Amino acid sequence: MDDLLSEFLTETNENLSVLDVELVRLEQNPNNPELLSNIFRLVHTIKGTCGFLGLPRLEKVAHASENVLGKFRDGELTINPEAVSLILQALDTIKSLLAVLEATEAEPPGDDLPLIERLNLCAEGKLGGPAPAAAAPPPPPPPTAPAVAASESRPVTLDELEALWNSTPGPNDIPAPAAAPAAGTAVATRAPEPVEEPAPSQDLVVPDAEPAAAKMPAPVAPMANAGGSGGGSAGGGAADAGAEAATKESAVAAQTIRVNVDLLENLMTMVSELVLTRNQLLQILRSQKESEFAAPLQRLNHVTSELQEGVMKTRMQPIGNAWAKLPRLVRDLAHELNKKIDLQMLGADTELDRQVLELIKDPLTHMVRNSADHGLEIPAERLKSGKSETGRITLNAYHEGGHIIIEIQDDGKGLAIDRIKQKAIQNGMASEGELASMTDQQIIQFIMKPGFSTAAKVTNVSGRGVGMDVVKTNIEKIGGTIEIKSVQGKGSTFVIKIPLTLAIVSALIVECAGERFAIPQISVVELVRAASDSEHTIERLKGTPVLRLRNRLLPLVSLQQLLRLDDSEGAAKTEDETFIVVTQVGTYTFGIMVDRVFDTEEIVVKPVAPILRHIEMFSGNTILGDGSVIMILDPNGIASATGEMAMGEAAGKETTAVQTQRQEDKMALLLFRAGEGAPKAVPLSLVARLEDVDLATVELSNGLPVVQYRGKLMPLVPINPNFVIANEGRQPVLVFADGDRSMGLIVDEIVDIVEEKLNVQLAAERPGLMGSAIIAGKATEVIDAGFFLTQAYKDWFGSSTQEGFEEEKLQRVLLVDDSPFFRNLLTPLLSVAGYDVTAVENAGDALALCEAGEDFDVIVSDIEMPGMSGFDFAEAVRHGSRWHRVPMVALSSHASARDLDRGRIAGFNDYVAKFDRDALLFALQQTLTEQKGAA
Amino acid sequence: MSNAKLPSTVRKSRGDDIVVSGNQDFVTMTIADQMFGIPVLQVQDVLGHQRITRIPLAPPEVAGSLNLRGRIVTAIDVRLRLGLTGRPKDKPGMSIVVDLRGELYSLMVDSVGEVLSLTKEDFERNPATLDPRWREVSTGIYRLNGQLMVVLDVPRLLNFTTIETA
Repeated sequence: MDDLLSEFLTETNENLSVLDVELVRLEQNPNNPELLSNIFRLVHTIKGTCGFLGLPRLEKVAHASENVLGKFRDGELTINPEAVSLILQALDTIKSLLAVLEATEAEPPGDDLPLIERLNLCAEGKLGGPAPAAAAPPPPPPPTAPAVAASESRPVTLDELEALWNSTPGPNDIPAPAAAPAAGTAVATRAPEPVEEPAPSQDLVVPDAEPAAAKMPAPVAPMANAGGSGGGSAGGGAADAGAEAATKESAVAAQTIRVNVDLLENLMTMVSELVLTRNQLLQILRSQKESEFAAPLQRLNHVTSELQEGVMKTRMQPIGNAWAKLPRLVRDLAHELNKKIDLQMLGADTELDRQVLELIKDPLTHMVRNSADHGLEIPAERLKSGKSETGRITLNAYHEGGHIIIEIQDDGKGLAIDRIKQKAIQNGMASEGELASMTDQQIIQFIMKPGFSTAAKVTNVSGRGVGMDVVKTNIEKIGGTIEIKSVQGKGSTFVIKIPLTLAIVSALIVECAGERFAIPQISVVELVRAASDSEHTIERLKGTPVLRLRNRLLPLVSLQQLLRLDDSEGAAKTEDETFIVVTQVGTYTFGIMVDRVFDTEEIVVKPVAPILRHIEMFSGNTILGDGSVIMILDPNGIASATGEMAMGEAAGKETTAVQTQRQEDKMALLLFRAGEGAPKAVPLSLVARLEDVDLATVELSNGLPVVQYRGKLMPLVPINPNFVIANEGRQPVLVFADGDRSMGLIVDEIVDIVEEKLNVQLAAERPGLMGSAIIAGKATEVIDAGFFLTQAYKDWFGSSTQEGFEEEKLQRVLLVDDSPFFRNLLTPLLSVAGYDVTAVENAGDALALCEAGEDFDVIVSDIEMPGMSGFDFAEAVRHGSRWHRVPMVALSSHASARDLDRGRIAGFNDYVAKFDRDALLFALQQTLTEQKGAA
Repeated sequence: MSNAKLPSTVRKSRGDDIVVSGNQDFVTMTIADQMFGIPVLQVQDVLGHQRITRIPLAPPEVAGSLNLRGRIVTAIDVRLRLGLTGRPKDKPGMSIVVDLRGELYSLMVDSVGEVLSLTKEDFERNPATLDPRWREVSTGIYRLNGQLMVVLDVPRLLNFTTIETA
């Protein structure tokens, strides 16, 4: 039998057993939402699995049941015994179908229309007070023994039944359901039974558990028992059915045994103990030259090794096992949804603990299904947005530090923040006001809440709001985290991080201050020995150790200091010879200084005691081959404890936001010297490249120095007009580029790049200078790049561009920015690019211009401004002002997706990061053409 | 030695099963010449001197961890936990292994004595003047012949969150 199918059968049978019990419990406690959502999930899972295994008949029944359960969950229907019986009946039908499936490996032909219709009726709330015969339909006979024996005759019977059904006029026919699920042959013999059963007309909604249980209608009570025995028994078949079920207990189930993980864990512990004992014995043997124990011990050695390996294997499985179902799932989904989907799976051999694997299997399936259904667009839509027709879903699993990371990435449309917001409001999860104060990240979290689904339409693929909350619960159950990244239009990435608990890793054993530690081999890049006599030596920068490694400076971390180990053997020793474990975490590489390096060992990571969990330097501990306990270092923890680097962790998000806030005033400045006087500075973002020009290649053209640069002529402009270019040697040049034209500004020396708050304190008198500011503690002249650009363009490209502009009237640009620096910087820039610029320093002035009857083709506005912010300004312009049709471009140092959205909502047509000159010019051009096209 | 003096409310105030039932068995131990007891059913093992791996950055009361038949056990220096000075290096000491919510802890003490079966008649609640640190981790006192035995409450002894506040 197909592996997939047999697994499905085992799993579904298990789920059904649980369902039987849970449904009965639900009937007793109808107000238990937890119970209800659990039931709903189980049915959803069954439906989902049926769906991608291509079992339409099963799927339909499950789908209809799910509908009813969905209504229960949403409170649209009250839970009553009739409805529960109906669902149980549906489950029985599923069971009988499964029995046939197991016997013949195919679904029996036909369908279950009457049952489904009844379920649908029930879902619509029309199933009120049906006749007892319908309310207590006879459960189908146990599909047990006949399942195999009657497999030949079955289809015939079914066909007959179908014929019967098709000839009867559907849902109004009350006795119909009685036989509907009876996909078996024993209908006739079982038929009388239900008559004797009391009609379950009592209203069991009474939360009085005991009498309710007592009054429990016959078909339900035995079902609980049958369910408990885990068999494929059909409910009402009572005791004899149970017995049959036991004997039958599918052939499939016999192939695998489910073992309690605790048992395996114990086994594992015992084997570890055995290994240690063997090691001790071998140790003793080595000291005795000739011993009669030698041969048997050798055997013991082998057997123990194999045993250890075997037990390890029982726990570890490659993640690929959990992925095995996915290609099929994706293929079927692609068909069903008319999409083209390419599924890529990387790192399928990453080993995971079996238990962990089991728990993430369902979440992964859900998430891939979500990506395919919600994430990826239909081919036409993809083409429209400039992507290839085939959408891609990438699964990637790998070890990182002490964790296993699983990424599910799609290149679809990303999460629709607005839709999530709407839905959240609709479902009463948050008010509009609350949403407004939330970050995108917080809003995205809503998709993890139960009952949340953004799919406009409930398909049978997904969109019922089970899914993501299951995913989250399951992952959190194993101590993992899930992170969502989404870029509008680019796709979304789900990153699941599972702690390495129980997983086996290879670790490097090191010693520091007399203590041994394990470092996961996975994060170790290389080992370097640093000693006074070797080529590598540790140098110190104000006490901070660094190492020169292949022309790069490697930051070093002293394990001794980090862990506050006091070295009883004297500190002098460490200076002679130190080993450096070069470690990589993400993109950050650093060295860990240790005293000695031993070898690598395969270790089983065990979690540290709860009272030690707060120490982030350790990811766990383990027992080494010699029986000693050793702590496992967590490179992530060390990196975040020592490095200044931004670790894109969930916890870091808040702080990053703060940092950007703080850095918004700062900008990178290029410091250089040119001519006499103070050092000069220019915003780094304006500089395209730094070049070193060989003066011998400088030619004179039109009386001005030019150099051939990338196949074009580039004018060279000195800061000091009287500067004389030497004939030979090399000269540093700042290259400013604009489209395919570039200009070189000749400087004497490039000094540094600094991040500083630019505060022009003295306005300049001289052309070409913006003014003076204190940068890096020195008075520095900030040059007006625009001025030099104008020089180069006017002299060199001037005439042709000028003509071009004269053909059409100059586009009028209104620039709103509170910073004089930017006004001064952008005005010449835009003028050079052929715009007629009017600059004002705040939104109020701009609106005053509007009042005054001025007209502009485009408005460029800063966002952060004192008084009226850019967003408010845009809203004011858009709502009722004379300029409501004038395109607006926002200019800001924050250019995150969220800002973009906010800007769009406020009314900006485009959003450009400050300092990005090219982007601004492009955006202006783009916006204006669009406007023209629209007009 | 009049048992009648024992206030009847004491028996209920703690509500622990120690007080409720008749005789209780305790594993006794000595720390800095003071006798302590732990209900025998909570004790998993008694160990002699063990090799312990230090755990950097851990709270001072955590002496380290050790391997007990393949399980990692966290060793707690009870002396430090009780606010006493550390054990002199030359005395090896012993340990009592207890289980708390599935985790094993080894309580390092000076020596482990015999198992005593004590009647509730001899039980008394902590004197109000007892050092707050001790009162925190003790359920009460047994009056024995010639000495007093402090009953240690294992969950509270291992509840390290209270240490910072104490």
